[in-house]
Amino acid sequence: MDGDRRHLLLWFFAAATAVKLLLIPSYRSTDFEVHRNWLAITHSLPLSEWYFDETSQWTLDYPPFFAYFERFLSLFARLVDPKIVDLRLGLDYSADSVVYFQRITVIFSDLSLLFGVYRLTRKVEPLRRNLICVLVVWSPGLLMVDHVHFQYNGFLLGWLLLSVSFLQDGRDLIGGFLFAVVLCFKHLFAVAAPVYFVYLLRHYCWAGLATGLRRLVALGSVVVAVFAAAFGPFIYNGQIQQVISRMFPFGRGLCHAYWAPNFWVFYIILDKGLAFTLRKLGFDVQVPSASFTGGLVGDSSPFAVLPQITPLTTFVMVLLAITPCLIKAWKKPQPGLVARWIAYAYTCGFLFGWHVHEKASLHFTIPLAIVAVQSLEDAKHYFLVSIVSCYSLFPLLYEPREYPIKVLLLLLHSMVMWLGFSAQYTDVKGLKEKKKEGGEIKRSKFEIGCVEKSYLMGLVIVEIVSQFLLPYFLGDRYAFMPLMLISTYCAVGIMYSWIWQLRKILT
Amino acid sequence: MPKKNLSGDGTAAPIDAWWWLSHKGTTTSFLCISLFALLIRSAVSMFPYSGAGTPPKFGDFEAQRHWMEITTNLPATDWYRNGTQNDLTYWGLDYPPLTAYQSYIHGILLRFFNPESVSLFSSRGHESYIGKLLMRWTVLSSDALIFFPSALFFVLVYHRNRAKSQVAWHIAMILLNPCLILIDHGHFQYNCISLGLTVGAIAAVLCGSEVLTCVLFTLALSHKQMSAYFAPAFFSHLLGKCLRRKNPILSLLKLGIAVIVTFVIVWWPYLHSVDDFLMVLSRLAPFERGIYEDYVANFWCTTSILIKWKKLFTTPSLKSISLAATVLASLPSMVHQIFSPSNEGFLYGLLNSSMAFYLFSFQVHEKSILMPFLAATLLALKIPDHFNHLTYYALFSMFPLLCRDNLLLPYLTLHLLFTLIYHSQLPKTKASSFSFTSFPGYVFLLRTHFFISLVLHVVYLTIQPPQKYPFLFEALIMILCFSFFVMFAFYINYTQWNFSSRFRSADKEKKQI
Repeated sequence: MDGDRRHLLLWFFAAATAVKLLLIPSYRSTDFEVHRNWLAITHSLPLSEWYFDETSQWTLDYPPFFAYFERFLSLFARLVDPKIVDLRLGLDYSADSVVYFQRITVIFSDLSLLFGVYRLTRKVEPLRRNLICVLVVWSPGLLMVDHVHFQYNGFLLGWLLLSVSFLQDGRDLIGGFLFAVVLCFKHLFAVAAPVYFVYLLRHYCWAGLATGLRRLVALGSVVVAVFAAAFGPFIYNGQIQQVISRMFPFGRGLCHAYWAPNFWVFYIILDKGLAFTLRKLGFDVQVPSASFTGGLVGDSSPFAVLPQITPLTTFVMVLLAITPCLIKAWKKPQPGLVARWIAYAYTCGFLFGWHVHEKASLHFTIPLAIVAVQSLEDAKHYFLVSIVSCYSLFPLLYEPREYPIKVLLLLLHSMVMWLGFSAQYTDVKGLKEKKKEGGEIKRSKFEIGCVEKSYLMGLVIVEIVSQFLLPYFLGDRYAFMPLMLISTYCAVGIMYSWIWQLRKILT
Repeated sequence: MPKKNLSGDGTAAPIDAWWWLSHKGTTTSFLCISLFALLIRSAVSMFPYSGAGTPPKFGDFEAQRHWMEITTNLPATDWYRNGTQNDLTYWGLDYPPLTAYQSYIHGILLRFFNPESVSLFSSRGHESYIGKLLMRWTVLSSDALIFFPSALFFVLVYHRNRAKSQVAWHIAMILLNPCLILIDHGHFQYNCISLGLTVGAIAAVLCGSEVLTCVLFTLALSHKQMSAYFAPAFFSHLLGKCLRRKNPILSLLKLGIAVIVTFVIVWWPYLHSVDDFLMVLSRLAPFERGIYEDYVANFWCTTSILIKWKKLFTTPSLKSISLAATVLASLPSMVHQIFSPSNEGFLYGLLNSSMAFYLFSFQVHEKSILMPFLAATLLALKIPDHFNHLTYYALFSMFPLLCRDNLLLPYLTLHLLFTLIYHSQLPKTKASSFSFTSFPGYVFLLRTHFFISLVLHVVYLTIQPPQKYPFLFEALIMILCFSFFVMFAFYINYTQWNFSSRFRSADKEKKQI
């Protein structure tokens, strides 16, 4: 039976791989050239110049493990086509060789996701296990961001899931070690660090004075060793400041070019609304010169009425938002709840963080998939939040050719989710007996509430308005309107999800 | 995605790995699988099409676009006529009027969004981003609007009185048919329309509405003359059924009228003069192109290695020879259907007659394997092993064609996907009293075939053929596929007759009880 189940996970992964292969010729964002450039940097320059190179505008701004990973890939890239790893000749290289090579590295690196899901769902009962597999391996967001837009999120999320699986097994040291590794791959994962810190301190190190101290030292040295392996060479070269400044470019604005559907959307709109009303009432409100996306220039604020937001403000807000979950984790550190807490932390980071990409919504939708199968309410919540977060990724793939693909991915995902959750909450034994008696088949308990249903229906209207009606009536004027509409509408859903998760954690 | 339901007997059925995706019934499963099938189709459509960026003639994509250009700019009577504005030597329209109308409708759509892509003369070889995209979307929408509903109709009718198990598997087999996806959405054609209409006609036979059958099949014929591959099966089955009625003449007359009325409506612009009609007909039957083209795995092409048919006979005599051979090859299954028409036998008949046409008729193209393959798809639950092999060799016979179109990756990927779905849940086959597969020699032959085909895949991709025989590997692929197709044709003919004897004996037993 176990072999059979593993077989099914492999089946889903192989089918997903087929789709990924077919997506190879699709649209690629500038991230594709970013990663190609990193291959070239790490291959043709000595380590001491990696974080200084400015040949291309796409400079290396991920932590060192990712740079090592690119260095590893570049060994194969050179064999495939030496031009890929050429710092100058390779600029904006777009031959078949480089496209196939880079796309296939993403597909291969997804094996870590496969292993993460496998390890996480080893002991789960078959139906839930299948559901988790489908939700993670077939996540439309991952397919869109990694295999069309181009990034390595599946690879990194695989490591995160692996870490969660060790925590759930009670093997905290390895879990902590893996999380440190993830951090050294991509520092955006650091939002969950407070949760890890509190949980590990309480669950692993809080065991009497002697054992506790021994474990604290063990954990500390493991983390320090990981960070030393990553940053050691750069510290040795005295370049750590340069590395840090590359990794945290606070020069960028509060919002990313496409507004991520988070709290700040409301803040901006409130500001605009207030400025508009005040002006109508005869107050003298100046039009701000700075933009939200551009960054902080001197003292000028992009806001007309409301107070200026600095990176520190967002940092404090994220920390405040995570605090209830930290208190919970401290009071009663349960391995079963770790995935929920981590997902919650990433939700907070997404909602209140500085310069958040809409792609970051993957950080909480993937861990939430594990939580989704635990109860009926979780399933209902996940159904909503995964659709909203996937829809909020639509503006990433703006070219018409990928339009059917993104729509079909979302529809398929919703349909599979609906079928899966309905099956999970259908009384199978009752169903069989009823069938024999020839009576009515009992309906599944999985039903979406009225408000949620109309909200999801609203997505269709938003899509029609933003994609067809607005461009048709407004033409090229107000090009930001469709994006703003989508962000605002999705932000409502994500805010709801945040409040729901918070309530679930507190009760 | 394939699913399986509670197994047929309903007692103590273990809940299998797929039930959670298929528990809502056939239509819901169909919807879910069709979303996946559409996803695959739109992904494949991002790959190159036949003749992409190869002036001056380009390929099938340019042919279809050119027809849109002609139909939207000229009056219907000039569509098939050579003239100053319609140069028939440059991709002249050579499909029946329904294809022309379809081109007209699609052309109007293209003109609305991107007028340059269908403007007369100046649009030749038009390959803009939006133009290509719109063309691809016309195929996608034709598929979704014609093939998918027909397939749903078929599945609902065919699985009406059947246990629900394996229905989803069968749906996936029909909708994720790799040959059709590769030819329509990769190579670029509109087979989904004529095949969709044919599937609709078949479903109409199964649910007993013969007039609808005649209308749909006449439409299919008027879209692509290749639909005639199925004609013997339809004809013999309907004739056999009518002969069993109280008023055979009357019911035959009814069907005849249905055919003629549909035909007249579709062909109306060309029925005003005999000249017009003959002109269209001559366009549809390009006998001057010879008995075979390229390296198609049929009888004439394969045996031409030994017997130079083109030198031995003139084209008119070859015409009659090939006609005689085709009729002879499809005769057994026709006779069977005339004397004992049955739904199951009809499906075998479709497979037999289309295979006979593929192997023996005049001017067959590699892509024509789609017709026998479609019929085999509908029978996938009955002959799963043979269906699996046929898929492999049908795809393989188109391998050189698809390689020329730069569709190697979709070819391999769809192969993988098909294998995955096929093996996701193997239908249980009832072992018949006697089967080809029980011959040890047959199994050995099949394995040898498979091994050689694997080698040929690699050889074709890596090794340059000798200068003296530039098409050596194509010829080898053709011979291999042909020998499989012949074995397959024998097997299916045998099964059709054998099936009915089993059927009859079962009938007798029932009566005795």
